[in-house]
Amino acid sequence: MNLTSLQLPLSELPEEPVEALTGTLPAEAAGGYFPYMWLLVALPAFGALVLLVGGKRTNAWGHLLACLLPIGSFVLACLLLAQMMGAPVEDRLVTLEMWDWTFAGMFDVPFALRLDQLSMVFVMLISGVGSLIHIYSIGYMAEDPDRRKFFAYLNLFVAAMLLLVLANNYLLLYVGWEGVGLASYLLIGFWQYKSSAAVAAKKAFVMNRVGDVGLSVAVMLMFVTFGTVTFEQVFAAAPEAGDTALNLIGLALLLAAVGKSAQFPLQAWLLDAMEGPTPVSALIHAATMVTAGVYLIVRSNAIFDLASIAVTAVLAVGIITMVAGAVIACAKDEIKKSLAGSTMSQIGYMFVAAGLGPAGYVFAIFHLLMHGMFKADLFLSAGSVMHGMKDEKNMRFYGALRKVMLVTTIAFICGFLGISGLPPFDSFFSKDDIIKAALGTNWFAGVAAIAAAGLTAFYMTRMLSMTFFGDKRWKEEADPHESPSVMTVPMLLLSVGALFGGLFFVYVGDIVGWLDPITGYQPFVLPINDTVLEIVTLVVVLTGITLAWRQYASRPVPQQPPQQVSVFTTAARNSLYDDAFNEAVFMRPGQYLTRWLVWFDNQVVDGAVRGIASKVSGAGEQVKRLQTGFARSYALLMVGGAVLIGVVFVVARWL
Amino acid sequence: MDPGNYIILSSILFCIGALGVLLRRNAIVVFMSVELMLNAANLAFVTFARMHGNLEGQAIAFFVMIVAAAEVVVGLAIIMTIFRTRRSVSIDEPHLLRN
Repeated sequence: MNLTSLQLPLSELPEEPVEALTGTLPAEAAGGYFPYMWLLVALPAFGALVLLVGGKRTNAWGHLLACLLPIGSFVLACLLLAQMMGAPVEDRLVTLEMWDWTFAGMFDVPFALRLDQLSMVFVMLISGVGSLIHIYSIGYMAEDPDRRKFFAYLNLFVAAMLLLVLANNYLLLYVGWEGVGLASYLLIGFWQYKSSAAVAAKKAFVMNRVGDVGLSVAVMLMFVTFGTVTFEQVFAAAPEAGDTALNLIGLALLLAAVGKSAQFPLQAWLLDAMEGPTPVSALIHAATMVTAGVYLIVRSNAIFDLASIAVTAVLAVGIITMVAGAVIACAKDEIKKSLAGSTMSQIGYMFVAAGLGPAGYVFAIFHLLMHGMFKADLFLSAGSVMHGMKDEKNMRFYGALRKVMLVTTIAFICGFLGISGLPPFDSFFSKDDIIKAALGTNWFAGVAAIAAAGLTAFYMTRMLSMTFFGDKRWKEEADPHESPSVMTVPMLLLSVGALFGGLFFVYVGDIVGWLDPITGYQPFVLPINDTVLEIVTLVVVLTGITLAWRQYASRPVPQQPPQQVSVFTTAARNSLYDDAFNEAVFMRPGQYLTRWLVWFDNQVVDGAVRGIASKVSGAGEQVKRLQTGFARSYALLMVGGAVLIGVVFVVARWL
Repeated sequence: MDPGNYIILSSILFCIGALGVLLRRNAIVVFMSVELMLNAANLAFVTFARMHGNLEGQAIAFFVMIVAAAEVVVGLAIIMTIFRTRRSVSIDEPHLLRN
């Protein structure tokens, strides 16, 4: 027999690409601190391990260790950044291959880390902001009996996120991706004795899972199309792949990003995720989790550049979420939910930027960095307010807190300046860049971005004035006080970032030149004058601020939300009915489907199995009678059988 | 001499043996009847070898003898053990395995 015909038709599969690691430098060759970059992930992972395995014995010092390890990662990240800045541009992409992770036939995935300009930015943000949130949590969680567990999960969160941005292939990225999902589930449901927290954690987990399906589909499609899942090889092979394959991969990646970054239509989990402790919200919104989707899209820019449908979908998702998130943020009374709507909206800005293609990738990352600082600052300030107000979340019971919480007020105002787009603070640079890039590429996106900037200014002013200005509307038991310095110092450090980050990255850091080798940058032509556009944007922002100030600071705010409001406000208060929509479109039909499946399983599948079983045992009862136990009757049966066979032979021959 | 006669003799011996197995209760006699059937088969093998002029049948007859010898040893040992425990060699009694 011809053995070669048994082999798989290998020629039909794509040929394994040759080692196309052009432009990457092995960590050993790069020298310096690069061979140690695995420590970035290993340090926080080690902290999680020690705290979870060590159990109660680590209660006394666990939180200190958990703070030191991300700080260690941050210090190492700073050293790596310094070394990377000293290196020439072509030597800035360093790969640390650790071991052959999984291989089966042609599927060969190394366990390798990749540090380049893009992941460096993320590593700095994650470890830096993450460390500050760790320190803040020492104060915030001081009275919680499970503080050690909380810090273990925080470390796990940071480690998973660092693995996500440092992976050099999509499969390893997927590990970090799932690790982030797990850690967010554990932390959102940290107070699991509150059923709302448990439900919110479950909701976040399930909705993330929907997105994760997209990532796994994308990984499989990549393997089928390119025969590899390593970044370099995929990006090198992308131009040769077909249009359909690239668009499918792009859309699957978008689904993944939408789930993780809480974008339309998988945004509903983010508002409920506010049930977690506030440092977790800060971590999810600023440094980890929701930024992962933006990272995924910008990282896959080689695919999105060639997938016109997918990139348009990114833009559409971004525009919808940018406006919807801002509208929701304008109507929520809980301070954290309002901030969550704001996060949706800001991440929407980043998606809009990423959806513009090479004109916008850099600005997506720029705004992400700025957002990481001012949003962490805002959340930590909000947490400080709640800490002082006995966990009261409703802004209608705040008011005039500036008189008792001066430092928190200052920090919140810094965050406010950072987000609202007033010159010369963070968003003035990053958001205006996105608006300009949008107007230069797609005027509709540009107009939407300007409108959302106005809404941003409105809801931030509303939050600021309802919380810190106006009249006292405190409940009787509330005893507002300033938080300890272990909480206020991280807030103030982040405030500095929220105020001067934009200035730094535009005039000192040159973020565009830094990211250009990785994401590519394509200048665009503005249809109108630069200064005119900036003035228009500023006028819109100032209008938003003025309207909100007149509504919420100059007039008294009722403790009960007014009921005689427009349909529009009601919809925004209900998060634009996303839960109702999900329930009607996905949950109810899903329940009917599962009920029908249970019925089908019981009646048809089990029925068939049970029927066959009872028939077999009934037949067995009949045959049992043959077993008399008398050896001679068996012998007779054998003889009879032999005779029968003989007769059959004879008859067959005779016929 | 016509080899067909040997075949007839073999058949007669086989039938006697088979009837002995079916009808007798004494295990020793049943055992002897089994041996008779085996030897009837041997006779047929040898006759067929003669008729076809090759040695295959004879070789198989030797195999049968050796297997029969081994079987006798095991079978007699079983019958001895049953006799020791039950004081009887009737093959109708030991149906303990039933139920």
